[in-house]
Amino acid sequence: MTPSEALPDPAPVLSIRGGALGFGDRALWSGLDLDVSQGEFIAVLGGNGTGKTSLLRAMLGEQKLDSGEVLVDGHPAHRGHRRMGYIPQQKIVAPGTPLRGRDLVMLGVNGQRFGPPITTRDDRAAVDALLTAVGAETFADRPLGSLSGGEQQRLRVAQALADDPKLLLCDEPLMSLDLQHQRAVSELIDRRRQQHGTAVVFVTHDINPVLSMVDRVLYLAQGRFTIGTPDEVLRDDVLSRLYGTPVEVFRSRGRVVVVGAPEAEHHHEVIA
Amino acid sequence: MTFVDPATYLQLLGLVQNSIIAAAVLGIVGGLIGVFVMQRDMAFAVHGISELSFAGAAAALLLGINVVAGSIVGSLIAAALIGVLGAKARDRNSIIGVLMPFGLGLGILFLALYPGRSGNKFGLLTGQIISVDLPQLGLLIAISIVVLVSLLVVWRPLTFDSLDPEVASARGVPSRALSFVFMTLLGLTVAVSVQIIGALLVLALLVTPAAAALRVSSSPVLVPVLSMIFGFVSAVGGILLAIGGSLPISPYITTISFAIYLVCRLVGSRAKVAR
Ligand SMILES: Nc1ncnc2c1ncn2[C@@H]1O[C@H](COP(=O)(O)OP(=O)(O)O)[C@@H](O)[C@H]1O
Ligand SMILES: [Mg+2]
Repeated sequence: MTPSEALPDPAPVLSIRGGALGFGDRALWSGLDLDVSQGEFIAVLGGNGTGKTSLLRAMLGEQKLDSGEVLVDGHPAHRGHRRMGYIPQQKIVAPGTPLRGRDLVMLGVNGQRFGPPITTRDDRAAVDALLTAVGAETFADRPLGSLSGGEQQRLRVAQALADDPKLLLCDEPLMSLDLQHQRAVSELIDRRRQQHGTAVVFVTHDINPVLSMVDRVLYLAQGRFTIGTPDEVLRDDVLSRLYGTPVEVFRSRGRVVVVGAPEAEHHHEVIA
Repeated sequence: MTFVDPATYLQLLGLVQNSIIAAAVLGIVGGLIGVFVMQRDMAFAVHGISELSFAGAAAALLLGINVVAGSIVGSLIAAALIGVLGAKARDRNSIIGVLMPFGLGLGILFLALYPGRSGNKFGLLTGQIISVDLPQLGLLIAISIVVLVSLLVVWRPLTFDSLDPEVASARGVPSRALSFVFMTLLGLTVAVSVQIIGALLVLALLVTPAAAALRVSSSPVLVPVLSMIFGFVSAVGGILLAIGGSLPISPYITTISFAIYLVCRLVGSRAKVAR
């Protein structure tokens, strides 16, 4: 059943009302209103330090806003929400970490549970199903530190899907993956959205791998933001206004390239 | 080095039976908590805690109060300081680096002021289990069991928090509370270890077994089980060898635990080549 065939859920899965956040005297964003509905794919774009990770942390209830509120399923966001999946910004897993692929997924299934560390048959079955869903069976028993970035990221997706989340928060899940793995991982997330109506908030430097999946873009820059469909946001005039400096957007063969964005000088990845 | 005849050995064995039980329990608990010491990168902290634990024990000796209690107080003060001031790894290392010589110096001062036998004095630094009396041994065993049970209760969330802190926190794992619980358990374990193997050698039971286990496995079940076995074999093996000869126990324990580590390194690198 695709989301369009499913009964429309009128209440947004996530909504931010008048959200504002800054650190010290630096404002990251303010006056942010955002409703994310069931099955919606939101891409969050912006240069380094524009507050993308902080925004996800606010959604997770880990970061208090300076003003405004974040509602998940109509209730204030709080840590440990059962129906929220999270793929953190990637960090290198040290070789020698005592975790195999399947153990990472197991932590998502029962890692928060106190009590004697006994793995139940249900836990094991849940992990097997998750591993199958992301196509990770073949490398699930190898040490995490010995797996490639793409393999680790598949396992991260499986871990985040553990409680069948209504909302999946992904922080640059494609970072340092090659093109083939970028496609594989984003398709995995998109398939989940289509089949289960999971809403997705997807932070990324480069929108191209997910361009065909994105419903709306939240573009952060210069302490300001713009929200809209990719066609509404990825335009010369809109981005020039956002950056406060002339910016050009080129589209060729289904790819989008933004030229002239100030932060592009600080890091070599071309945004959007 | 002289070895006693079998009959005398058995007799000695009967005399130190309680010490062996204490060492066995500590070997197991040390091996288990060592897994988290490695995961949370706390080896240096263990060393720091043990020096303050030594100072606490020495103070107790001087004041004529319960040495185990003194050791625990020292341990817990150190664990709390490290836990509160050293949330970040870099801060932690500098705090430990500052605490360690201070604790050791205090302990040496207290021992210098202590008028009693000198055998007692160095026991706290290098191990003295045979001279620990029966009520104290009971206390050590009881503490170890409390640590063991508590560790099992927090095992999964603590593993989650140690290996995957961002997701653990998002999933509602109470990371600050767990860190407090862990530092307390670590402090208690160190206090027990100081009594048995001595402040300078605590790492041989709290780090080496887990480090060895990590060389040969990445399974979250096998690593703690192996580490526990390694700790047990080192501690009990050390006593069994020591009572037959005239040397102190600690060098036997440290040597066995080091030998196990060497073998595991060898096996581990073989396995990697074969893969
Ligand atoms: N807890 C914090 N305390 C102080 N500054 C912070 C904190 N979290 C984030 N920042 C700052 O906020 C800015 C945005 O960070 P982040 O949300 O990680 O950006 P992004 O993910 O877009 O690169 C950065 O300059 C960062 O240093
Ligand atoms: Mg970020």
